[in-house]
Amino acid sequence: MIDQLQALGFTGLNKLAALGRSFIMLFHSLCYFPNPRVGFPLLIKQLHFVGVLSLIIIVVSGLFIGMVLSLQGYTILVDYGSEQAVGQMVALSLVRELSPVVAGLLFAGRAGSALTAEIGLMKATEQLSSMEMIGVDPLRRIVAPRFWAGFISLPLLSMIFSVVGIWGGLLVGVDWLGIYEGSFWANMQAAVDFRIDVLNGIIKAIVFGYVVTWIAVFQGYDCIPTSEGISQATTKTVVYSSLSILGVDFLLTALMFGDL
Amino acid sequence: MDSLDDYIIEIEGMTFSRGERAIFDNISLRIPQGKVTAIMGPSGTGKTTLLKLIGGQIRPDSGCIRVEGLDIPKLNRGELFEIRSRMGMLFQSGALFSDLSVFENVAFPLRVHTQLPEDMIRDLVFMKLQSVGLRGAVELMPSELSGGMARRVALARAIALDPDILMYDEPFTGQDPIAMGVLVKLIKTLNKTLGHTSIVVSHDIQETLSIADYIYLVADGHVVAQGTTQELLAETSPKVKQFMQGLPDGPVPFHFDAPDYLQDMLGGEQ
Ligand SMILES: Nc1ncnc2c1ncn2[C@@H]1O[C@H](COP(=O)(O)OP(=O)(O)OP(=O)(O)O)[C@@H](O)[C@H]1O
Ligand SMILES: [Mg+2]
Repeated sequence: MIDQLQALGFTGLNKLAALGRSFIMLFHSLCYFPNPRVGFPLLIKQLHFVGVLSLIIIVVSGLFIGMVLSLQGYTILVDYGSEQAVGQMVALSLVRELSPVVAGLLFAGRAGSALTAEIGLMKATEQLSSMEMIGVDPLRRIVAPRFWAGFISLPLLSMIFSVVGIWGGLLVGVDWLGIYEGSFWANMQAAVDFRIDVLNGIIKAIVFGYVVTWIAVFQGYDCIPTSEGISQATTKTVVYSSLSILGVDFLLTALMFGDL
Repeated sequence: MDSLDDYIIEIEGMTFSRGERAIFDNISLRIPQGKVTAIMGPSGTGKTTLLKLIGGQIRPDSGCIRVEGLDIPKLNRGELFEIRSRMGMLFQSGALFSDLSVFENVAFPLRVHTQLPEDMIRDLVFMKLQSVGLRGAVELMPSELSGGMARRVALARAIALDPDILMYDEPFTGQDPIAMGVLVKLIKTLNKTLGHTSIVVSHDIQETLSIADYIYLVADGHVVAQGTTQELLAETSPKVKQFMQGLPDGPVPFHFDAPDYLQDMLGGEQ
């Protein structure tokens, strides 16, 4: 009994200490916004790695999700004779919820896990230590550019997701199922509000970008420098970031749309 | 060599433990300026740990570590990175940056700490690589190097900035006799011509004795013997003799702390 209590306390303390370390790391990295001379090339490289290389998975998923939404929406709405509302339904669900959330989840799997594994392996092979001994802060050189790349990429990816998704919806709804194109767009335009829907969706994506990159980078930086340690850290990145995205999404939705 | 200024690194009453195990127990040692100091001792006594303590990568539980008069454990992040730019360290594993080519690895310290023009960086990198015999490998990626080559590149990177203090963690391991001879000469030349302070951690007794001005023999968290090569060779205590002559039997245990062998083997059958 005492042993179990002790173990519980120990785990609790460890978790708290890790949380503290992660905040310190976040603070230090945010202080280092990439400077033009050294930082920008590193940031660009990471933007390519984290953002551009995630494009394919984002575009393909966006397309299919938009198509499915449109198809499902049509089969339900056609019973009430209001299939023109498909455009509005597809756009609203994408912009408000699905784009930030699904893009965030895909981003965690595609880019987050890669970030964790990369930084973890650098730690295990003492590359971070040797960089420290050369007199270069790895937080500045390795962690900060990846952080900023993540923050910048996910909102953009999420917007691309929305656009491609709406196009997918259009393909299925208008070109295949024969909804009148004019009402598809008109309903969408009338229903989607820039501030309430689009902006809130972007805010969500920014928050998810922070959460995922922070978790990914911290797990890599703080991992146990062995092969099991890295594999554990990568798993944790995907699990923690997916759960946090879903949890934070609920909170944000309640805050943004709760009183509507 | 008695005045304080002659010691560039001073460690006093330093204690450090990993978990329950005390790696260093109230250890004191001083590294003379501009000389080659060797640190020898059985595997696992904490020689690498000692270098990391000097570099400020880990903090001691107590005691002080002064480098050029600055107390390393008390420095803040910025000061620590500033003093590290005057140290060079060859890691036991090499620790090259795997995403950079050999050229970029050696150029890395030059690029981050100096504003030298590109052609000068190129010349410097080629000179450093030439001195470790790997100018031909300049285009390769670290994954394409052998273990011994990777360490030599890492050595070239460590000396790229001509730091005041050079720490070599096992520079000779995995080198063929020719490379070994070259490296011994290189360390000696760097020390004599440029006046670097060098700390060499090594098990290769012959090579180390041939370059070291002063030797510390560390075991069980203490300095068990120190002195010049002659003094250590003349030492009669059994521990020192055993280590210097590489005898398996003697007071220095070959085995890591463990329960009795026979008991362990018999215990497994119960
Ligand atoms: N990260 C770590 N966590 C826990 N214990 C460690 C860690 N690193 C090293 N140790 C322990 O510290 C002791 C000293 O390690 P160190 O690497 O300094 O030895 P060493 O003298 O360099 O040995 P070698 O000659 O084999 O390189 C070892 O006994 C090891 O068990
Ligand atoms: Mg070692």
